[in-house]
Amino acid sequence: MSTADTPQTWDEFMEGVWRQNPVFVMVLGMCPTLAVTVSAINAISMGLATLFVLVCSCGLVSLMRRFTPKEVRIAVYIVIIATFVTAVDYAIQAISLALYEALGAFIQLIVVNCIILGRAEAHAAKNAPMPAMINAAGMGVGFTIGLLALGVVREILGAGTLFGVALFGAGFQPWVIMVLPPGGFFVLGAWLLLFSWWARRRPLKEAAQNV
Amino acid sequence: MNEPSSTEKKLIPISVVALDIALPESPTGAMIRTLGLVSAICGLIIVGAYQGTYDAVAANKRIAAERAVFRVLPKAKTIAEFFAQPGGGIAKVGAGDTAIPPGAVKFFAAYDDAGKLAGIAAEGVGKGYADNVRIMFGYQPDCQCVVGIGVVAMRETPGIGDKIITDKDFLANFTALDLRLKADLSMLANEVKAVKHGSKTAAWQIDAIAGATITSRAVGKAINDSAQALLPRLLPHLEKLKTS
Repeated sequence: MSTADTPQTWDEFMEGVWRQNPVFVMVLGMCPTLAVTVSAINAISMGLATLFVLVCSCGLVSLMRRFTPKEVRIAVYIVIIATFVTAVDYAIQAISLALYEALGAFIQLIVVNCIILGRAEAHAAKNAPMPAMINAAGMGVGFTIGLLALGVVREILGAGTLFGVALFGAGFQPWVIMVLPPGGFFVLGAWLLLFSWWARRRPLKEAAQNV
Repeated sequence: MNEPSSTEKKLIPISVVALDIALPESPTGAMIRTLGLVSAICGLIIVGAYQGTYDAVAANKRIAAERAVFRVLPKAKTIAEFFAQPGGGIAKVGAGDTAIPPGAVKFFAAYDDAGKLAGIAAEGVGKGYADNVRIMFGYQPDCQCVVGIGVVAMRETPGIGDKIITDKDFLANFTALDLRLKADLSMLANEVKAVKHGSKTAAWQIDAIAGATITSRAVGKAINDSAQALLPRLLPHLEKLKTS
């Protein structure tokens, strides 16, 4: 790839990480976002699993885009996505059964994660494999960052640990509701608030400077 | 009158463009070809992933089972997997033999350093507050009692139901929980049951955790059901298990 392409590639990648962040901006894939983010390690594993499925399936969808009649495209996408989810499912069982138990049904449910089908339909089906995979990687990284942001906060508040390491002394009383389902909504709400406030502040500041 | 109005002029090109966009129907052959190709590629990937991870997954499952057994039977050094057949009698689970006859109950025989039977471990399932609580319990044939429990899987409320793995008073129930059979070995002499906190009177009762009664009951039911199914089949054949 020539150097002239780099800024555009970088832009393509940052699209998902920042401007179109699946969790904070598009608010997609909320099912795993709320369910598995009880700890940072769960969040990051789920994020990486989704990232892998996104990149691989977008790559294959993009390769197949010229031979895919539009009548059967959804079937083709779902089969491709389900394949990589199955592969990830086996891989996680091979890496750690404890992690597999913790993530539960949400690994299989990556199949119906709307971020992935959305990327396949809206981007990979119309672009060459390289840009499609870069875009998918950006989305995956953005999703991982989003999950991690929730997981870190919930684990620190709800269990007093980070990546399983105790942060506070024995006197710490964990804020248990944070690792229960309501805690997921609280933390997600707080992050969305923070994110949109920050996103709105910048244009306002620029406008104020121009005046 | 013949002159078309300005709006009509605008409409005509739009309809032409719309006709252009509508693609011709794809030929049946192309659809079948694509779906067939995709299925073939995906099939290869799945089989590859399954075979590539098979050994690691099997090893992980074995290690997880061993860890759970060693936790409830601290003296154990090696374990062997058995199942109790529905009609009575026991059989060893062979290597790589995952299919267990329907109705059979799986259990582990644990042996100490000298190769003598250190205890039996079996899994039990009870309906908890949020989901099934799966536990592993260690059984000593000498005293016919439960000598330890561990949780295999549960989704109980953190800080309330999950006290069953941390609460010392609760775990004290399982140092000598009575699992004696009736004289004819047909069933448990007494039903194992969790009772309200502080009202335990007999060796086969479990003193429930105050505030986590449902989870405590699930543990009691898990042990009771599993022991009820397993022990009457197992005890007549205990001699077979005595040494590894």
